[in-house]
Amino acid sequence: MKIHEYQGKMILKEYDIETPESMPAFSVEESILAFKKLNTSPVVVKAQIHAGGRGKGGGVKLAKTPEELKKLTEEILGMTLITHQTGPEGKEVQRLLIEAGVDIDQEFYAAITLDRNKEVDVFMVSTEGGVEIEKVAKEMPEKIIKVWIDPLLGMRRFQASQLAYGLKLEGQAFKEATQIFLKMYKCYTSTDASLLEVNPLVKTNDDHIIALDAKFNFDGNALFRQNEIVKMRDLSEEDPYEVEASKFNLNYIKLDGNVGCMVNGAGLAMATMDIIKLAGGEPANFLDVGGSANADTVKNGFRIILADKNVKAILINIFGGIVRCDRVANGVVQAVTELGLKVPVVVRLEGTNADEAQMILKKSGVSIIPATGMKDAAKKVVNAALNLESL
Amino acid sequence: MSILVNKYSRVVVQGITGSEGQFHSKQMIEYGTNIVAGVTPGKGGKKTLDNQIPVYNMVIEAVENEKADTSIIFVPPPFAADAIIEAVLAGIKVIVCITEGVPVKDMTKAKQIVKKHNARLIGPNCPGIITVDECKLGIMPGFICKKGNIGVISKSGTLTYEAIDQLVNVDLGQTTAIGIGGDPIIGTTMKDCLALFEDDKETEGVVIIGEIGGQMEIEAAKWAKENMTKPIVGFIAGQTAPPGRRMGHAGAIVSGGDDTADAKMRILEECGITVAKSVADIGQLMKNLMEKK
Repeated sequence: MKIHEYQGKMILKEYDIETPESMPAFSVEESILAFKKLNTSPVVVKAQIHAGGRGKGGGVKLAKTPEELKKLTEEILGMTLITHQTGPEGKEVQRLLIEAGVDIDQEFYAAITLDRNKEVDVFMVSTEGGVEIEKVAKEMPEKIIKVWIDPLLGMRRFQASQLAYGLKLEGQAFKEATQIFLKMYKCYTSTDASLLEVNPLVKTNDDHIIALDAKFNFDGNALFRQNEIVKMRDLSEEDPYEVEASKFNLNYIKLDGNVGCMVNGAGLAMATMDIIKLAGGEPANFLDVGGSANADTVKNGFRIILADKNVKAILINIFGGIVRCDRVANGVVQAVTELGLKVPVVVRLEGTNADEAQMILKKSGVSIIPATGMKDAAKKVVNAALNLESL
Repeated sequence: MSILVNKYSRVVVQGITGSEGQFHSKQMIEYGTNIVAGVTPGKGGKKTLDNQIPVYNMVIEAVENEKADTSIIFVPPPFAADAIIEAVLAGIKVIVCITEGVPVKDMTKAKQIVKKHNARLIGPNCPGIITVDECKLGIMPGFICKKGNIGVISKSGTLTYEAIDQLVNVDLGQTTAIGIGGDPIIGTTMKDCLALFEDDKETEGVVIIGEIGGQMEIEAAKWAKENMTKPIVGFIAGQTAPPGRRMGHAGAIVSGGDDTADAKMRILEECGITVAKSVADIGQLMKNLMEKK
């Protein structure tokens, strides 16, 4: 789960990590009010969307006067911001952050995330702040200083110092940076974050260390114990189909093709998308109905797949383990009868109670196309989609 | 021969009185698994499953009284890491954690304990292990397997079944099949499993099924290039997955570089592994390799 920058900064403040004075604004009035309260000039107007690359996309601007701020607010609020992370369709800006400007001496990068290879968290800092860290990692990997943290010991003071030495900090700035790194680690673990990135972390002209940005990702598996974080979820930033699917415990991701698919298990679902492509089609979605597929899940799965008007045919691929194929077959019959499907449906059922399932489908008289094996299924569904397309 | 579990494994089921624990324990016993005890805190002293299996409050009691040496975990996500650590500290050496949705920070801690005590953890978020006709320590449908000489290693549950089914269709049976799980932190890696199969006299070939995200398949392939004498067929799911999106499994996310399906398939091939471009070819490719021998 992701949150906005202004929410991330609220969390940092709770952990006593200094950020510039700022206020969120949802309207021109709030924007002007923020200017008065901050009582400084210039202020920075920052579009609040989850995607990165906002500055380059025109979503971060400076305002020196209330008039300038009013004009910028009107421009940015409601605009469709396109960045390298939003995709070409962009994202509508609904919230702003109005922030006091800071006199920057140096910009750094600081982040904590999981190192999957070492199976522990890694704390990374770099003197190359404010730019894309992927680029630094590729071109100047020696500029990234890393310490790995034993989860049983937590981050030790010497490790925080190691990072601060790595940034060549001295005096007051060194002390503050060391403190901030320890606080960042505490914040990262306490909130079950999977990423905490501050880019840039800056040294001001008067030797203070301040977090100028805050990017958080949270471990979806841990949200059950993070009630305060869950409250920050902004559903308007998420795909409406995916939000709808999640209500029924369906794991759905929309893609651009025209062959819909409904599968049990994430790995098999990906493999099904792949074989559709190999058969000459384009998958319209990823949909994992999980380990408890029954008549209801199948029906809801159909509804969600068909909400995408590009879909010209659907493949149901179930390998029954815990999931019983006869239940899935009943679901298919029920859904086809109730929803009156307009597109061809290819069904491949294997595993637990597959024979009973075939009987149910045969007896029902609904017009589905049975398939044996994944190759056959993929071929049939791609042909069905092509036929419908050519009509 | 086989790896990790066999008919002599003495199994304790953690979370035996829950609905998942009950259902799958019954299935495992039917398959022939030697379940000697169950654990549910607060239910110690009772017997379950037709009054046959003693229930204890703590794993250590199952170890002391029933000589349990293997565990399978069906407890809810908030308590799963605790269950793993409890099993390790009670001296259990093979632990399968079925639970899906364990917080990553819990797992990084549990993994350190597992390593320190030289225990073997499979999972979490996995279908478990099956040694054909001997011991099913998991939730896979046992009837699809057939005794034979192929080992199967997979990150995904139903894709494991798909591979087993294809092998059976070309008349190749299995020694042991392991679902290692699709989470970012798992107990046993693909490389670990390959090493176990390499040492197993009965296994003659191995199928590995990976997916996008992480470096595990690459690590396994590089190890195999140097150390493996037995032929391997590999498949990577997620060739059509868009970058930056989590595809069901918490670990299945392309974050750039070597973790795309294409990159992994290329590296597997470079390491001498026979790569199935289509999932439907896994069985036949293994058949071809076995006939060449």
